[in-house]
Amino acid sequence: MVSREDVVEGVKKILLEAETKLSDDVIEAIRRAYEEEEGYAKKILKAILENVEYSSKNKIPMCQDTGIPVFFVELGRELSLDFNLYDAIREGVVEATKEIPLRPNAVHPITRKNSGDNTGMHMPLISVEIVEGDRMKIAVMPKGAGSENVSALKMLLPSQVNEIKKFVVEVVKNAGGKPCPPIFIGVGIGSTFDGAAKLAKKALLRNVTEMNEFELEILNAVNELGIGAGGLGGKYTALAVLVEMGHCHTASLPVAVNIQCWANRRAWVELR
Amino acid sequence: MLLQTPLKKEDLLKLEVGDAVYISGEIITARDAAHMRILEFFERGEEIPFELNCSVIYHCGPIIKKNHEFKVISAGPTTSARMNPMTPKILEKVDCLAIVGKGGMSDEVVEALKGKGVYLAYPGGAGALAAKAIKKVRAVYWEDLGMPEAVWVFEVENFGPCIVGIDAKGNSIYKKVEKVVEENFKKLKSRL
Repeated sequence: MVSREDVVEGVKKILLEAETKLSDDVIEAIRRAYEEEEGYAKKILKAILENVEYSSKNKIPMCQDTGIPVFFVELGRELSLDFNLYDAIREGVVEATKEIPLRPNAVHPITRKNSGDNTGMHMPLISVEIVEGDRMKIAVMPKGAGSENVSALKMLLPSQVNEIKKFVVEVVKNAGGKPCPPIFIGVGIGSTFDGAAKLAKKALLRNVTEMNEFELEILNAVNELGIGAGGLGGKYTALAVLVEMGHCHTASLPVAVNIQCWANRRAWVELR
Repeated sequence: MLLQTPLKKEDLLKLEVGDAVYISGEIITARDAAHMRILEFFERGEEIPFELNCSVIYHCGPIIKKNHEFKVISAGPTTSARMNPMTPKILEKVDCLAIVGKGGMSDEVVEALKGKGVYLAYPGGAGALAAKAIKKVRAVYWEDLGMPEAVWVFEVENFGPCIVGIDAKGNSIYKKVEKVVEENFKKLKSRL
């Protein structure tokens, strides 16, 4: 049995964890780059590692852009809930915003008025997937704007399968130093216009040290650009490329590139 | 090298791209909305309520906790490129200035900084480390813009490392990197 309180407390816990600590795989990827890098880029990477150590020790957000709250929920089909899951997650966000504290980032898109608590219309973003079993797994990915702003989606033609890599590299080139490189790159290939974007974002939840050959090929190409940490030049523009695919219409080939800053913040909780 | 505020123009003119500097004294946050309001004040011929001349503008939207006094929780730099269109107009009004941010600024800003000041890169996302160097909130202006967009005046001690990304002689690390990246991209494109 999962209670409303379990969800509220769970959401607060994973928001604190995601904002103040990086998972081991992400730290490992940054550290590896630091060890092999030189020049200005090495200075930037050193500061990043010091920053993460300091933030996790003192439980303060590693970056002032605490992002907007993006949730992925896996809901076991044997669970029955006697409360509104969306409301419970929203309450967790409101409380975490006050307690951690998080920067209130959610504004009305036109008036730009800040809601003050990181909630609003369709905010937080919550995707629910029904899975087998009797557990609920909640993942949070607070997403900053510096990297989100340079993400892109393109509807390629079915004849342009060979253009996919080029498109990813071009998006990274155009982003330059803006998204706080070294970055993580989520790529969604196929599905629909919206589906590709969702796949790209979900890919960023994966372990960043496990890549297949196709992903490594794109990563190597991206790193040949030479943008480097902080955009000051260097070997490591990106630390991982993570691709998720979906079947698509025979007449289309959507490709979405979701850029994530070095602070690939995410955390999980399992409730039962 | 340590920069003390109020800044001395001759110190800024000596800096070269790639130099690492630390700042002690006062830094003033301003991002999109504050820049727009500063320009509105200029247009109306009104004085802004804080001193920009020979100061440090910090592109930052901090997290501040307000109890009996303000506490800076996390305060790293935001993407400076968003301030590109407004910055030359601000530089027109000052003798000297240092800008701290991340990601670099446009050719127009490089031009406007000539003989006046520098652009300093603080490690993007290192908000906790930045907050550690901020000792106090001296003042806040335009709080109606919301916490991230308001103008916060911070007292800082050894704030850095800040790497000179654009110097007062028209040199820009970003421009150099951009050129290299464009060439690399051309090579990659023919191969991919």
